[in-house]
Amino acid sequence: MSENKRLNLTLHIWRQKNAADPGRLATYRVQGVSVHMSFLEMLDVLNEQLTAQGEEPVAFDHDCREGICGMCSLTVNGIPHGPQRGTTVCQLHMRHFADGQEITIEPWRAKAFPVVRDLVVDRSAFDRIIQAGGFVSVNTGGSPDGNALPVPKKDAEAAMDAAACIGCGACVAACKNASAMLFVAAKISHLAKLPQGQPERRERALAMVAAMDQEGFGFCSNQYECEAVCPKEISVRTIAVMNRDTLRAGLGGA
Amino acid sequence: MSVKLDAKIPSGPLEKKWEKRRFEMKLVNPANKRKYTVIVVGTGLAGSSAAASLAELGYRVKCFCFQDSPRRAHSIAAQGGINAAKNYQNDGDSVFRLFYDTVKGGDFRAREANVYRLAELSVNIIDQCVAQGVPFAREYGGYLANRSFGGAQVSRTFYARGQTGQQLLLGAYQALSRQIGLGAVQMHPRTEMLDLVVVGGQARGIVTRHLVTGKIECHVSDAVVLATGGYGNVFYLSTNAKGCNVSATYRAYKRGAAFANPCYTQIHPTCIPISGDYQSKLTLMSESLRNDGRVWVSKKKGDTRPPDQISEEERDYYLERKYPSFGNLAPRDISSRAAKEACDDGRGVGPGGRGVYLDFADAIRRLGENVIRERYGNLFDMYERITGENPYKVPMRIYPAVHYTMGGLWVDYDLMSTIPGLFVLGEANFSDHGANRLGASALMQGLADGYFIIPYTIGDYLAGTKLPKADAGHAEFKKVHSEVEERIRRLLSVKGKRSVDSFHRELGHLLWEHCGMTRSEKGLAKALELIPELREAFWKDVSVLGGGDEFNTALEKAGRVADFLEFAELLCTDARLRKESCGGHFREEHQTADGEAERDDASFCHVSAWEYAGEGKAPILNKEPLVFENVHLAQRSYK
Repeated sequence: MSENKRLNLTLHIWRQKNAADPGRLATYRVQGVSVHMSFLEMLDVLNEQLTAQGEEPVAFDHDCREGICGMCSLTVNGIPHGPQRGTTVCQLHMRHFADGQEITIEPWRAKAFPVVRDLVVDRSAFDRIIQAGGFVSVNTGGSPDGNALPVPKKDAEAAMDAAACIGCGACVAACKNASAMLFVAAKISHLAKLPQGQPERRERALAMVAAMDQEGFGFCSNQYECEAVCPKEISVRTIAVMNRDTLRAGLGGA
Repeated sequence: MSVKLDAKIPSGPLEKKWEKRRFEMKLVNPANKRKYTVIVVGTGLAGSSAAASLAELGYRVKCFCFQDSPRRAHSIAAQGGINAAKNYQNDGDSVFRLFYDTVKGGDFRAREANVYRLAELSVNIIDQCVAQGVPFAREYGGYLANRSFGGAQVSRTFYARGQTGQQLLLGAYQALSRQIGLGAVQMHPRTEMLDLVVVGGQARGIVTRHLVTGKIECHVSDAVVLATGGYGNVFYLSTNAKGCNVSATYRAYKRGAAFANPCYTQIHPTCIPISGDYQSKLTLMSESLRNDGRVWVSKKKGDTRPPDQISEEERDYYLERKYPSFGNLAPRDISSRAAKEACDDGRGVGPGGRGVYLDFADAIRRLGENVIRERYGNLFDMYERITGENPYKVPMRIYPAVHYTMGGLWVDYDLMSTIPGLFVLGEANFSDHGANRLGASALMQGLADGYFIIPYTIGDYLAGTKLPKADAGHAEFKKVHSEVEERIRRLLSVKGKRSVDSFHRELGHLLWEHCGMTRSEKGLAKALELIPELREAFWKDVSVLGGGDEFNTALEKAGRVADFLEFAELLCTDARLRKESCGGHFREEHQTADGEAERDDASFCHVSAWEYAGEGKAPILNKEPLVFENVHLAQRSYK
C-alpha cells in the first residue's frame, strides 16, 4: 500500500434544512484526512466532527458504497460524482485531492430534482418515467424456456451496455438544460436491442418520452456532458436510438 | 407460552411435495383478490418480485422501501450470478444435484423439502428473467452462457457480466414499476417500517416513519410480507449496504415471530482489507477471481518486504498446501478461516497485518495480461480505484469480511412465520442455506420466494382464514403507533455526547472479536457481558441531534443501532448454545485433530428457533428437528 499521506481540506458544503429553505454554502475544515479514505468516508469524518460540536450532520444520499446502487449524488467542484471518469462519488478516493485544497460540494441541480435536505434530492421523476413504459409487459409464470429465444451475442452485449445505467441522475445534473435524455435513452436502448422488447417498442418510446417531458426535464443540445460524467460510461449513441424510435412511432411507421 | 413449530412439510416423495402442496392449497377467486390488501416491506429481489407478482394476480399491494427508489435495494450489488439446474451444458446437472450441492454446502443444517423446491423452481426463474429482457451473457450462437462457481462440479451459473444482481433486480423493478403505473401497487419509498401490528394473533399491518417528513403512520392489511434482507451490519463492517438493518425482522421477533439460527453468518474470504479506522464498509471481490489467482503469505513471521522481493521458496501457498484437491477454490468458510489463521500467526500482509495476497502473476505469465483483463477487468479496476494499487503489477491484498446471514425469521414450508399472516422471504428468512450459503444461490432464493412461492401460499392463507375487520383506529394500532412515537422521543431525549456511529463501530468490533470467524465459550461469555453494558451506555450517552419531524439521518441510524444492540445478544446466545462447528459457525472447542469443523449431529441436527419472552427475560429456545431422508449426513472434506 502506498504511503499514508494526510490532507487538510476546506469544504464548502450546501446546507438547506428542507425544500422551503433557500439554502447556503457553509465552510468547514477537516484535518488529517487519509488519502485512502473514500470521499464519503471523508464526509463521515466531518459528520462525526459536527456531531461532537453539537451541529447537525450534513445529509447526503448513499447506500451500497460500491458504485452500483446509484444512491450517491454529489457535485464535487462543479462535476457530478467528481473528477475521476467512470466513477461514482462513493468510489472516488481522497488520493485524487491535494493537501490544502478547497472543495465545493453541492447537490444535483435540476428543476425536476428538488432538494430534500442539504445534498439530498428527490429523484422520483426517474421512477415515474420507468412506470410509464420502461418494461416488457410480461406477467410471472408461463414464460417459454430461456433458450427458446436465441439472442445474438452482439445484441445481448449492446443491451447490457445500456442496461448498466444505475439511475443516479448525474447526466441530468451535468446538463445545462437538465435533460434526462441519457437516462431515458439507456432504458429504451436496452429493451430495443432485444427481441423481447420489440412488441412494445414504439409505445414504450412515446410513453417514456412523454413522461420525461411532463416531469420538467429539458431538451438535448448535443453537448455530451451527460456521457462525460456517467459513472457507467453509457454512450450518447443510445440517444440516437431513442430519437429514431420516437420519430418512427410518431410518424406511425414500422 | 411456547410457539409451536410446525414446518407443514407435505408428505410423499421429495419430488412430489411442492406439486402436492399446490394442489391442496385453497384458491382465492379472481374477483375476490382485489378485496385483499397485502403489505410488502423491502424491494430487493424477493420483495420486488413478490409485490409485482401479487399485484398481477389482482391483490391490492402496498410496498415499502427506505431507499429513495425501489431499484436501489442491496440485491443490486450481487456480482457473480444465479444458479439454475437447466443442464444446458450437458454436464450432468439436475434438480437433484443442485438440491444435493445446496444441502451439503449448507453443512446439513437446512430443510430438505425447502431446498428441493428451490432447485426445482430455479429453472423457471431463468425463463421469467429472460422474458423480462434481462441481458444475460450469451454464447455466439445466441444461447445462454454459464460459468462455474464454488461448491459445484457442474457449470450452472447464469450471469450478466459482473452485475447479475443489478440486472435481475432491474427486471423485478420494471415488473413492479409496471404495476405501480397501473395503480395496482401503491409504492412508498423513503418509508421505514418501525413495527409490526398483530391483532388477534394475526399480522394485520405495520407502523412506518416517512424519512423526509418524519410522519408516523399506520398501514392496515390482511397479510404482511417481510423481504427486508439480512443482519450482517450488526458487525458494522460488512459487504452490505450502509442502510441494511435488522429492525424489521427484530421488531417482528419482539411481536412473536421466532428467530431461527441467528449465529449462522457467512464470512466471505475475498474482500478488500480494512485501510484505516475511518473504514465505513468493505467491498467484495468476486469469488470467481480464485479461478486464476493464487493465495499466499510469507513463510516468515513479520516479513515486511514487498511481495516481489519474497522468493518462490519463501512463500506459503497455504490453501494449495492444506487442501491440495480444491486448492485456491476451497469453499468460503474454509478459505476464510485459513486466512485468519495465517494472519494470527503473524504472517499477514499490508497495514496492520490483516491481509493475504491474491496473486495473478502466474496466470498473467501463462495466459497474458489481455486474457486476465477480459475475464476480470472490471474487478481489477474496482480494486485499483479503492486501493490505488495496480493488481496487474502487484498482488491484490484480500481479507475475509461479513457478507451474508443464513439465519433469519423462522418460516414453515409456506414461508409463513410463527405469526399467522406474516410471511418472510429472501435473506430475511432462514430456510434454504443451512449453516453456509453457496455462491450464486442468494439471487435464486430471493426470486423463487417472490415469483413462485408466495403467490400460491398467500392465497391459501387468505382463502382459509377468517380476518375480522381491522382499521387504523383499532386499539392495537393506536398502541403500537404510540410506542413507536415514544421510542423516537426517547432516542432524541438522551442528548448525550457520543455519535450513533461510535456505538455501532464498538458493537461491530466486539462481535467480530468474540463472535466472528471463530467462536469460543470464553469469547462468547465475554461478549454477552459486554453487549448489555454497551447498550446501557448507548441509552445514556447517545447524541441524536435534530428533530423527529424532519429528514434526520442520525435518528434513522439510532433506531437501527438500538435494535442491533439487542439483537447482538440473541446472536451470541445462539452461538454459545450451539456447541458444535458447522458451516460458517466455527466453535474452537469443536474441531477435528487437523483443525476442521466438527459437527455434532446427535445433539445439534436441529433448527434453533428463538422466541421473545419479554423485556429483560432470557429468550426461549424451540427446536425443529432436521430429518434427512434423501441425503446421507457426511463430513465435508476438501483435502
